[in-house]
Amino acid sequence: MADVLLTLDALRYEAGDRALIRDVSLRIEAGRRTLILGPNGAGKSVLMRLMHGLIEPTAGRILWNGGSGTPVQAMVFQRPVMLRRSVLDNVTYALYLAGVPAAERRTRALDVLERVGLAALADRPARVLSGGEQQRVALARAWALRPRVLFLDEPTASLDPGAAAEVERIIRVIADDGCSIVMVTHHLGQARRLADDIVFVDTGRITEHTPVADFFAAPRSAEAGQYLRGELSWT
Amino acid sequence: MSTMSESFATAGRLIVAADPNLLHIVALSLQVSLTAVFLAACLGLPIGAAVAVGRFPGCKSLTVILNGLMGLPPVVIGLLVYLLLSRAGPLGSLGLLFTPTAMVIAQVVLITPIIAALSRQIVADAWRDYEEQLRSLGASTPRAALTLLVDTRFSLSTAVLAGLGRAVAEVGAVMIVGGNIDGVTRVMTTSIALETSKGDLPLALALGFILISIVLILNALAHAVREWAVRRHG
Repeated sequence: MADVLLTLDALRYEAGDRALIRDVSLRIEAGRRTLILGPNGAGKSVLMRLMHGLIEPTAGRILWNGGSGTPVQAMVFQRPVMLRRSVLDNVTYALYLAGVPAAERRTRALDVLERVGLAALADRPARVLSGGEQQRVALARAWALRPRVLFLDEPTASLDPGAAAEVERIIRVIADDGCSIVMVTHHLGQARRLADDIVFVDTGRITEHTPVADFFAAPRSAEAGQYLRGELSWT
Repeated sequence: MSTMSESFATAGRLIVAADPNLLHIVALSLQVSLTAVFLAACLGLPIGAAVAVGRFPGCKSLTVILNGLMGLPPVVIGLLVYLLLSRAGPLGSLGLLFTPTAMVIAQVVLITPIIAALSRQIVADAWRDYEEQLRSLGASTPRAALTLLVDTRFSLSTAVLAGLGRAVAEVGAVMIVGGNIDGVTRVMTTSIALETSKGDLPLALALGFILISIVLILNALAHAVREWAVRRHG
């Protein structure tokens, strides 16, 4: 049994008088690739932002490593935010904020850019790259931090199939590097290819948390079954 | 009609001959306004960025106040600075009234809110796009504000130039605190006002041409910088 990475305990999040996340409890094991599925507005992105600490829960607890400290974590968003500076400087900026010594930043940044296949573009202004290339810079920027957990919120939603495949390949390599992955997607094929486990979210609740093969063969919750039937009729 | 064409001709000659009196007035104008803009930018840009990203109480009202202060009437600012600097005023002992320094102070008061309000808008728009990413990377609020100022630098140059345009073209405040003393505090706008009322139209017109040209060139420069920046940096 692997170590428990993240425990959510009766997590609740309200915006105004609406509960977007309702008493969610979840255990994610270290080293797994967990994909979050669910219909629009189910609260997937909110759940991920709570885990990452971008928003504070109204109630409940988030426990990392059984309470022994928050691991290094990073997040990649649907639309990559590129600073108006070079590709290299976008990565070294993150390293600077993380407190990495100046002497190390450049080599570490160039190393990850090499691994995402963008070393040749290191000196180009990041804003003029294509959408796919920008998302790879965002992945490199996250990876350079050497996270133990990487959150991804629909990272391929606005990319063409070629760019999306490249992003998937990089995510897999980052995971093989020993980083746990928590990712939101709407793409069932992608979930099948990348996931170890599926977390299904519906109207602010987790209806199931199952290994990927079981999920697609026979989802346990009625909501997930309905979602899969609806989605598959489109594919 | 003939007076007008004569005035234009004399004005042209003054400019072509680089009349020393004319040059002195133009130089003082630029010196006062550029100094004021520099100081106002040092104050206004951080204020604008802080109000844009800050979550301190009163942030919203500060935005409203800043936007309102953009429309401050120059003569009223002139009057207030005059009261401050006059011999009986709280800063009277500094002896600054009727000096170029007094004019710089008045213009700083006038344009700091303009630069602050415009940069607040620019930084707030960028903050909407950047906030989650910068927070995710662990940027503190002051660090985020600084990053946004650097990242929106090309748009901010427009805000600073708007301040310069207002400063160099403003007459009410510098007239009151400067006193329009020949050779000491006489700038383009106060000269135009004075020479027009004296009936010396050629000098007024020549200064008017130069003033309009400066404003046009500044705007053309701002436009060119932005075009270049967008092509170069996206």
